[in-house]
Amino acid sequence: MDDRRTPLARARGLGSAKDGVGHWWAQRLTAIALIPLVVWFAVSLVMLSGADYATARAWIGSPLVMVLLILVIGIGLHHGQLGLQVVLEDYTDGAWRVVWIVLVKFIAAVFGLAAIVAILRIGFGG
Amino acid sequence: MSVANRPSNRPLSPHLQVYRWQLTSVLSILHRATGIALSVGALYLATWVIYAAGSSRGYAMFQEFNGSIVGRIVLGGWLFSAFYHLCNGIRHLFWDAGYGFELKDAYRSGWIVVVVSLVATALSWIVGLRLV
Repeated sequence: MDDRRTPLARARGLGSAKDGVGHWWAQRLTAIALIPLVVWFAVSLVMLSGADYATARAWIGSPLVMVLLILVIGIGLHHGQLGLQVVLEDYTDGAWRVVWIVLVKFIAAVFGLAAIVAILRIGFGG
Repeated sequence: MSVANRPSNRPLSPHLQVYRWQLTSVLSILHRATGIALSVGALYLATWVIYAAGSSRGYAMFQEFNGSIVGRIVLGGWLFSAFYHLCNGIRHLFWDAGYGFELKDAYRSGWIVVVVSLVATALSWIVGLRLV
């Protein structure tokens, strides 16, 4: 059946199309935080390339590195899942879209938490 | 005919097959591609930390893979993706703040991103991965 209402009348009262600026703002905020963190992390990775078990653990377990590593992994994965969500919203549809987005968010949460536990375990000598 | 299927004369997105390649669009696509690569790479780096918290034997296995040809390509690719996405992300933040929208500015910032990310990548490969 033809909908004879004007486009404006159809749109009125339906609320916003998505989630307002929350997602957009979180993406920018995490991006800004990641600028210094990623520079530090990339330089560290280059310096540590090929490090043995003891060297890697000593580095990960020092207090400052622990804090920065937890920040870069936590914020990095959050930023990544926000970005992948946008990609999935662009290229997938219907039920699969929801499945993929949920999967991405769950994987990011599990790996992030596992990495943080691992860092704390090294630092506090578990 | 439903509303969604009604033919419209609104502008179409560019047909990729006939669209001329240009710096700005290539960099835009590359931003997405490196973003996806970095997300997968973040899982890989999380795995590195998790292995470091485990036994020395498990960590040695992981390091052996890192030292292999495939591992070096993965790490080298991650470094390029990180530097590119970082530089182009800063370019995006300037756009978000309302600067650099003129076409010649977009091209100039684009070339700066290309040069800086390639130099940083080359340096990291030479110093860290000893690829050269």
